[in-house]
Amino acid sequence: MGKKITHFLGQAFTQVVKGPPIYYAWILFLFSVIGTGVWAYSHQFAQGLAITGMTDQVSWGLYISNFTFFVGVAAAAVLLTIPAYVYDFGPIREIAILGEILAVCAIVVCIFFVVLDLGHPERVWHLLPFIGRPNFPDSILAWDILVLNGYLIINLFISVYLLSVIYLEKKEKTWLILPVILLSIPWAVSIHTVTAYLYNGLGARPFWNSAILAPRFLASAFCSGPALCIIIFQLIRKFTNFHVKDAALFKIAEMICFAMGINLFLAAAEIFKELYTNTWHVASIIYLFAGLEGHTGLVKWIWTGESFNVIGFFLFLIPKTRKNFITLNIACIIVVIGVWIEKGMGFVIPGFIPTPLGEIWEYTPRLYEVLISTGVFGVGMLLYTLFVKIAIPIETGEMRVFKKKEIL
Amino acid sequence: MKKEHDKKLTRRTFLKTAGVAAASLAVSGCNGISEEFLQSHFREMGPDEINQTRERLEKQYKKKYGRTFHLGTEPADPGILFGYGLDLSRCIGCRRCVYACVHENNQSRMPQIQWIRVLRFKNGSRNFEESDHYYDAGMVPKEGYYTIPIQCQQCENPPCVKVCPTGATWKEPDGIVVVDYNWCIGCRYCMAACPYWARHFNFATPHVPADKLNTNLHYLGNRPRMRGVVEKCTFCIQRTRKGRYPACVEVCPVGARKFGNLLDENSEISMIIKTKRVFRLKADLNTQPKFYYFFSL
Repeated sequence: MGKKITHFLGQAFTQVVKGPPIYYAWILFLFSVIGTGVWAYSHQFAQGLAITGMTDQVSWGLYISNFTFFVGVAAAAVLLTIPAYVYDFGPIREIAILGEILAVCAIVVCIFFVVLDLGHPERVWHLLPFIGRPNFPDSILAWDILVLNGYLIINLFISVYLLSVIYLEKKEKTWLILPVILLSIPWAVSIHTVTAYLYNGLGARPFWNSAILAPRFLASAFCSGPALCIIIFQLIRKFTNFHVKDAALFKIAEMICFAMGINLFLAAAEIFKELYTNTWHVASIIYLFAGLEGHTGLVKWIWTGESFNVIGFFLFLIPKTRKNFITLNIACIIVVIGVWIEKGMGFVIPGFIPTPLGEIWEYTPRLYEVLISTGVFGVGMLLYTLFVKIAIPIETGEMRVFKKKEIL
Repeated sequence: MKKEHDKKLTRRTFLKTAGVAAASLAVSGCNGISEEFLQSHFREMGPDEINQTRERLEKQYKKKYGRTFHLGTEPADPGILFGYGLDLSRCIGCRRCVYACVHENNQSRMPQIQWIRVLRFKNGSRNFEESDHYYDAGMVPKEGYYTIPIQCQQCENPPCVKVCPTGATWKEPDGIVVVDYNWCIGCRYCMAACPYWARHFNFATPHVPADKLNTNLHYLGNRPRMRGVVEKCTFCIQRTRKGRYPACVEVCPVGARKFGNLLDENSEISMIIKTKRVFRLKADLNTQPKFYYFFSL
């Protein structure tokens, strides 16, 4: 056993440090992005969250917006798990593992964003069961920590188990892994539902206090996450000899189309309810789409985001554009951006504007926040790259516990 | 030697002891840092631990500001439930309450934090979005306008307490919602949950000139805060737990602010609720504030 582990570690190390020049360039790029983030964070560490654009008026900003978006990316792994394991759709089953790895990395990114947003990150142990004092079950944030970490463990277990079985040339124990895979499906729904409830349950913020929030979050998550997958899978099949069938990509694109249709419908339902009722609570959505008293910080962004979502929907809907890789990739990119705007800053910030006492105070992320956030994206991409760099040779059979000649 | 042997060695105390030992080794020389890092939640401290914490903090404040502080930890009186009344007929919007509160409760002067916000409305309007938060209080009252001061409403059903992921903020038996600044992780979820915008966050390191500090402190109230924690009005817990009025009540030049025990039928606040037509802010949210607005005229 010990021998096998050292052997694996040696092989994995070789995999990670060896690669074509473009791999080194990519890693170097990620290191520089992360390094810039660390530099920016050193300022936040020294001076506190005062270096961000956040204030008492708008007390959450870019970090929590990104957190919300990435919970969606993580949840979207089910859109691969369901066709792969419930419907046993071959082309997707072959690549489902890449989605599970994406979920793991997205959750790590989420945890980074939450911890970076804390005034006292060193006190994070106060949240933990047994040693800390989590306010469970009252606080939805305590629930969120539970479900996010659970999801991380589940997906880490699934991906590591499936890869190690292939690596060790053994047969997978269905009784062990299938229940975990099936559990991951409702669990994925739960992480985004709980994250929606985090906002949804606040009577103080009418803009968030809407019952269709959790369904909307799920619908938009099932657009952005799979769209990201389509792009990533194409890159993987371009740069490695891992085979991803077109049928898998087109099937995912079809599912995005349904999800985006539902997402747009739910967004329209929300907009109708706010505008037609026209109570004082309409102010936040007016701020978002048209600006309030000359404050128009998000107007350009939300119109860009929503137009991207609508255009993306049609590109996914029309079979010709869905099955053409140029238009398909355009659709994927604009949908990722569209959803990032819609449920990131476009969702979090208007909840704070106007304040519960009617004050209009705009928020603009400061450069430090932007650099720290891109640094966290860098961490996520680095983790994914390294994980996949080891996973793919296992999947393709290049990396095995002992090669035949080694046994002899 | 203390009698340690009759104390049960729970998992938590074991982990804590081990942690303290490890941390003290790691930071030997930096006295107090490990104790502060591993400090328990205030409500879980026994009398000994409260005393040790009090002494440590008093020493720390003395070293930092060169003055002698009294850090109180007085518990709630079971016969008391604090209530507040604000007479909108009398309030002139002079903001003396705001500044008295800043002085009494050691709010940061740079950057500025204020627990009371006074909103000015045109007669005929009561829409918060039409109110002016930054009017000039030099010449008040102004013809055609009226003012509503807003601070923590000390809800009986406080959403901020419900959402706090660590239980760092809670409602005391006498009704005051307090924060343990040493337990707060600074996630600001409570600020998102509060419908009265009563919670404020130390985004930067709070600064109060040493000679301006109020040295009469309470652990759950006006003790100097650190960066990265949330703070709020505590009905001047350091005063009211000793039978005094909150600073805002004392300073109000027109007597618009009333304070007392809701459990005492004959207290001023109980009389106001019985005899005046009172209302509470955002009553539809069912937060049940113990802060009553009324019109005496």
